Amino acid sequence: MALPLFDVMHDPGPDFTALLEREGLLPALGASDHGITQAHGTTVLALRFSDGVVMAGDRRATEGHAIAHRAMEKVFPADEFSAVAIAGSAGMAIEMVKLFQVQLEHYEKVEGVTLSLQGKANQLAQMVRSHLPLAMQGFVVVPLFCGFDLTRETGRIFTYDAAGGHYEEADFQATGSGGRDARTTIKLGYRDDLNRDEAIELAVLALYEAADADSATGGPDVVRGIFPIVATVTAEGYQRIDDDVIAERFEAAMERRRALHGNAGGTLR
Amino acid sequence: MSMPYYVAPEQVMKDRAEYAQKGIARGRSLVASLYTDGVLLVAENPSKTLHKISEIYDRIAFAGVGKYNEYDQLRVAGIRHADTKGFAYSREDVDARSLANLYAQYLGSVFTHEMKPLEVEILVAELGQGQRPTQLFHVAYEGTITDEDRFAVLGGDAEPIRTSFAERYEAGWDLSAALQAAMGALAGPERTLAPSDLEVAILADADERRAFRRLDDDALAALL
Repeated sequence: MALPLFDVMHDPGPDFTALLEREGLLPALGASDHGITQAHGTTVLALRFSDGVVMAGDRRATEGHAIAHRAMEKVFPADEFSAVAIAGSAGMAIEMVKLFQVQLEHYEKVEGVTLSLQGKANQLAQMVRSHLPLAMQGFVVVPLFCGFDLTRETGRIFTYDAAGGHYEEADFQATGSGGRDARTTIKLGYRDDLNRDEAIELAVLALYEAADADSATGGPDVVRGIFPIVATVTAEGYQRIDDDVIAERFEAAMERRRALHGNAGGTLR
Repeated sequence: MSMPYYVAPEQVMKDRAEYAQKGIARGRSLVASLYTDGVLLVAENPSKTLHKISEIYDRIAFAGVGKYNEYDQLRVAGIRHADTKGFAYSREDVDARSLANLYAQYLGSVFTHEMKPLEVEILVAELGQGQRPTQLFHVAYEGTITDEDRFAVLGGDAEPIRTSFAERYEAGWDLSAALQAAMGALAGPERTLAPSDLEVAILADADERRAFRRLDDDALAALL
């Protein structure tokens, strides 16, 4: 490796993807999914609460009807004040998250300031858009992005489609194969003034319902002790909730459901 | 027919070295020192936005003195090198030694082949972990590289500062003692420096992956 110096007219600036392109390190496009099996990630969600935003995702990856991974992570810190979750083609999605994380940090180090939350969301949209040729061939990656906006002092959520379109959500969103069930659950339990605890509880219940109805979404794996990942992003930054806490929440929800033969019993719990 | 001028290579090198030294001497100096928890970097720099000290990677910091646009270009190249390497291989494969070598090769080749040498001196500091020791790599304008395991002084006025800092240096001192010594050495016998005249950063282990942190005026006042 030589020292990456560029003349003024051809300098990639703080853009890490452009730098990789110049160094010939971006993977070539033109693959096709014919005949290869690829792992798929499933349900991820985000919802706003009074101090910020909660993001959560199950741990299952599937290849067709088989379970490919039981402990896959789909919720990642993008930087100190934002998080990204992925559903879709697992290999591509994780690669995209890795590139996104480096891109944000690269920008921060080169420029000496962090990107605004809107800037980060737009950056991710560009990545999804440049992925479009692969999405057309079956490698669809649909991220969910959220963060704490330090200027507006509020949590914000952005969703994407495979073409790179991105939309800001008012309160919550869930994507992936179990996204619909998760969304309905959140919709039934959502209030503007949810506190952190209530928001985490709602995320846990939404993932429980998604796993209950969608075969590709993993529920709490009590045998192996694998539980969905739940994280919050607030003015204090990204914080992953301890597995023990999440395990307790799921155990309690399962206990309540057990008493009612699997039903909630008239109220979301 | 006019005869081409002949200039002895010794003279060319001497002139270039003098030119670079003069350029570097126009700026203020910088001290880096090890302390109990990591590395302290202190630069005399009244600007709050045009930094002399920066983060390169998780456990690597950069410091430069001399001509701002020249060392800033090297700083950005260092970040690019480190981020690309970490992305292509793994974060733990990024090390200060290989980066310092690249800087040394580049500065050396510019000094020998270009019309104008770079008027900079730079430092690459790495916070040790496991088998890797905490190290300071000092690269001079002509590409000479030295590694220090205690402290380094950069800048045109380095010699008296180095002597004065060496007298104060104590192995295993804490951040506050190291900072006071650095301030005293940078100020010299006739001046005193306030926190607002300084740019200070540390490389120290915290809960986070990234070890680089800037210390603002309030943090400095608390340490003093």
